Amino acid sequence: MRESMEFDVLIVGGGPAGLAAAIRLKQLAQDKGTDVSVCLIEKGAEIGAHILSGAVMDPRALSELIPDWQEQGAPIKTAVTEDRVIFLSETGGRQIPNALLPDSFHNDGNYIVRLGNVAKWLGEQAEALGVEVYPGFAGAEVLFDEAGAVKGVATGDMGLTREGEPGPNYQPGMELHAKYTLFAEGCRGHLGKQLEAKYKLREGVDPQTYGIGIKELWEVPAERHVPGLVVHTAGWPMDSATYGGGFVYHLEDNLVSIGFVVGLNYTNPHLSPFEEMQRYKTHPEIRKYIEGGKRLAYGARAIAAGGLQSQPKLVFPGGALIGDDAGFLNAARIKGSHAAIKSGMLAAEAAFDALGAERSRDELAAFPEAFRTSWLHAELHKTRNFKPYMKKGLWMGSLLFGIDQNLFGGKVPWTLHNSADHTALKPAAECEKIAYPKPDGVLTFDRLSSVFLSNTNHEEEQPCHLQLKDAGVPISVNLAQHDAPEQRYCPAGVYEIVQEEAGPRLQINAQNCVHCKTCDIKDPTQNINWVVPQGGEGPIYQGM
Amino acid sequence: MKILVPVKRVLDYNVKVRVKADGTGVDLSNLKMAMNPFDEIAVEEAVRLKEAGVATEVVAVSCGVAACQETLRAAMAIGADRGILVETDVELQPLAVAKLLKALCDKEAPQVVICGKQAIDDDANQTGQMLAALMGWPQATFASKVTLAGESTTVTREIDGGLETIELKLPAVVTTDLRLNEPRYATLPNIMKAKKKPLDTVKPDELGVDVAPRLATLKVAEPPKRSAGVRVADVAQLVDKLKNEAKVI
Repeated sequence: MRESMEFDVLIVGGGPAGLAAAIRLKQLAQDKGTDVSVCLIEKGAEIGAHILSGAVMDPRALSELIPDWQEQGAPIKTAVTEDRVIFLSETGGRQIPNALLPDSFHNDGNYIVRLGNVAKWLGEQAEALGVEVYPGFAGAEVLFDEAGAVKGVATGDMGLTREGEPGPNYQPGMELHAKYTLFAEGCRGHLGKQLEAKYKLREGVDPQTYGIGIKELWEVPAERHVPGLVVHTAGWPMDSATYGGGFVYHLEDNLVSIGFVVGLNYTNPHLSPFEEMQRYKTHPEIRKYIEGGKRLAYGARAIAAGGLQSQPKLVFPGGALIGDDAGFLNAARIKGSHAAIKSGMLAAEAAFDALGAERSRDELAAFPEAFRTSWLHAELHKTRNFKPYMKKGLWMGSLLFGIDQNLFGGKVPWTLHNSADHTALKPAAECEKIAYPKPDGVLTFDRLSSVFLSNTNHEEEQPCHLQLKDAGVPISVNLAQHDAPEQRYCPAGVYEIVQEEAGPRLQINAQNCVHCKTCDIKDPTQNINWVVPQGGEGPIYQGM
Repeated sequence: MKILVPVKRVLDYNVKVRVKADGTGVDLSNLKMAMNPFDEIAVEEAVRLKEAGVATEVVAVSCGVAACQETLRAAMAIGADRGILVETDVELQPLAVAKLLKALCDKEAPQVVICGKQAIDDDANQTGQMLAALMGWPQATFASKVTLAGESTTVTREIDGGLETIELKLPAVVTTDLRLNEPRYATLPNIMKAKKKPLDTVKPDELGVDVAPRLATLKVAEPPKRSAGVRVADVAQLVDKLKNEAKVI
């Protein structure tokens, strides 16, 4: 029998959405002179350890949450000074005049941040307000009451053996019960996925569509550093049919954040997002910023890019999905932290009112209603067709999105639709192999030396947290038809086909996993199920 | 019987260390810190002795910046009863820490001090030994087994090529090696309880200890990168390279 504890509100996930919800709840309680008990759990070893983002941040939502964030010492210091959007060919680049860019590509008034540091700071604000913040504890299981409503989550067991038996240091997980539970796990949360299925939250909406973002943090020579410069690129090394693009953000202290995002609806199973990111850095328009510098950190994370038409129903009895767990990211603006914060605030306000009315474990219908009349909905509605346009290829997609945004201001009478990413892969035999250059150890690197820089750690003695529904499928389907694409789409070298006398075998190096969730999304038959390992494990990103 | 356990706040062992560009030290700004793993073993051992009914109280001590409170809370989540923070922003070297611990030992009168054998940041392996010398107590370093009985303790030590078992009169200092135990996972209820356990803060001045550094760091550098190997054509070339290039034969 597991121990249990009761709270008014439980929040699963300590990113911008979860922390904003926690802070808002405590603020409202303070304003009204009431008390609300709020518990927040986070699977990373500390708040911010599993946060990875570009990131350019629109401070709009944060200014609503904490108007004096500047005086409170928020680590948001580098204002955007210049936007450059460049279409890359293999050897050159053409900058798009800023006057032609849709509004969504303008970053005046925005800041370049290390989102992990922002989350850490938000965590301190939450704790100061009395939120019980517990990093190192993973939400492993959703708990339901007799009426079928969510009554909380259970944290994962610690100290299980590989076979799932209690080991010498076994500690059972704990049940955390609440009147309302907010799920803020980020993109493709493994509990969010179960809730979507149980409460049929995706009925009548498009499938979610995703990207995999791979990011490195570089310290560059001062003469190459342009604080506040934001560079976005499209084109090379993607072919024009594959959605993807890169970014170079010049932070403070000679730091440059550089990354590449590949749409997970890519069709060629030979494509390797990791190697695309590596060769991306060798382009003359990119290497000019980092040459002579030193790579400090590496990481990867999937992002939800489907926009409004792919958003699930946000509420169910006993709780809500917030932030990127519900796909709030604005792909056209290449940012989502403002949306995460706003969604967390709106859900918190709905939950607070419900608690005040002595309600519990019902549907927080006021949250989606408030969202529909918010500026966030207007913003996401305006850019909703971005990702579907991009399915038409880079050139046509850019032209159509440009017309949609610049001539119609996003108020076109049509909404285009998304399809599921895992269905996109073609048979390997029909696709051209891609010859990626070998890493040079200076600008480009291999997977393992990269994962090393993510500070990733998992206890080896525990059940594998990458579960296969059918152990035969990796060979009979994935290898036979798609040349085992998991070897390439995994940015951490988790999946390896090993040739043995008895034939090929899929080896899963789960201890390398950086919790990006790409395998859970892209596996062609959805045979891989990502679940949480022990709390406190995975990457320890430091301001990513 | 009271046990005192010093715990040090260090860079988390999973986080890669980076030397500051100017070579004055290691970059710690905004990085994840944690309890020194050998100290965690020390706390675990002390708590097990308490759970076994041998010890009556476990007091955790940390010396350093205000954030060391987190380290003390972590020790209390494992099971230490209370914490003492000796708060200072001065860089603390092993001798200063040993003197601070001596002052606390004089005050608290523990029967045993269990320390980690060394901290993973400076790897000094000195504090326990210095404390024993300052107190005039016997010491057992690199312990892989500790038994307490009455007026003495029997400690198995990990030494080159084997194990050595010694008996010491109490009070004594014991320093822990890796194989002494495997620390438990702190549970959520115990982390919550730890927040309410008593934590006292004192300043080095109040203990009458001068903590000014005695050593100056001249330079910190990363180890040189290992260069890639080369394939030699034959034994003659290998011998030639060993003799003339590597100069090892």
